Amino acid sequence: MSPNLGFAIGIEIGGLSIVLHTSDAEFAGIVERRYAGFRSDPARADARLDVTIVAPETFADQAGTELAVQLAGGCWLIRRGDFFAEWEPRSRAGAVTQSANPYSIDSVIRIVHSLMLAERGGFLLHSASAIRNRCAFLFSGLSGAGKTTITRLAPADAIRLSDEVSYIRRIGERYVAFGTPFSGELNAPGENASAPVEALYFLVQGGDNRVNPLPVATALRKLLRNILFFAEGEPAARVFQSACDFLAAVPAYELTFRPEAAVWKLVA
Amino acid sequence: MSDKFIRRSSATAARALGDEMIVLAVADSTLFSLNEAARLLWEAADGRRPLREIVNEVIVPQFEVDAETAYCDALELVEQLAGHGILELADQPLEQADA
Repeated sequence: MSPNLGFAIGIEIGGLSIVLHTSDAEFAGIVERRYAGFRSDPARADARLDVTIVAPETFADQAGTELAVQLAGGCWLIRRGDFFAEWEPRSRAGAVTQSANPYSIDSVIRIVHSLMLAERGGFLLHSASAIRNRCAFLFSGLSGAGKTTITRLAPADAIRLSDEVSYIRRIGERYVAFGTPFSGELNAPGENASAPVEALYFLVQGGDNRVNPLPVATALRKLLRNILFFAEGEPAARVFQSACDFLAAVPAYELTFRPEAAVWKLVA
Repeated sequence: MSDKFIRRSSATAARALGDEMIVLAVADSTLFSLNEAARLLWEAADGRRPLREIVNEVIVPQFEVDAETAYCDALELVEQLAGHGILELADQPLEQADA
């Protein structure tokens, strides 16, 4: 319990923990259930978000407003039709105003993590990911590319990290993929596990299964299209350099596949 | 004869990948892929050397083209890059050129 805001809920993703403070019991319950596999000690958090819960009608006049992320005076201002948030990277603290729903806070957490990762040479990637034989494999592509399909086809011994958003951190000279609670069509969180990234595959659904190495410049364009980053300017330049560094360390391929389990023999 | 001076915009990030130079315009996250001639001009764009000197020393020896044609082509190219905001183009040397 936080003395000022009632509930303190620690959520650790990718080794970075955020404590959410809220006085709203219903919202605290929503968050505790949604991030059940990613809870951490709130007293040991790396960052803090104070969440103020308001009536849904508060946002009625801005419903449908698209996400906007702006840096002003050293503070990130994050606004969408269903929430408003501020994030100060220096103090690693922020505030969120939203209604009692899991989707707004999920978006804020993704954005805050993407900003923290950008400072550390990492990024969130629109990709499925899984661990097999102690190595992580990434399967990237926009909606409809087959991320959920390839996840469903994974062998029983594969550890699913995500079917939607993969969490990539640079640790030393290696890149490590972490499980996330962010889910796609499977509507189920990934496992809270991690492993060094062995390969990145860009998915193409086709009539057979084959793997083709990608020229690094081509891979960079595809990678940048799939990195979840919401800001422009200098932080975007950092993400660009991180993507280049990542591709210098991790091979990238185009994976053409048809929906059959045999495709996994090609990749892991 | 007047000349032009070119300098890489500070609002960019760039990386050579294989045979390509990829440049990011950070203002709008647009990516540019520079061909060989553009890459040579980009790399030489320090704001201090006149464009004609760069062309004569870098472009002409690399491509089988006369100096005047090379200069005209280079000028057109740098005007395009300047139009995209990834290169600065001026009639005078550009101070505080990046290292």
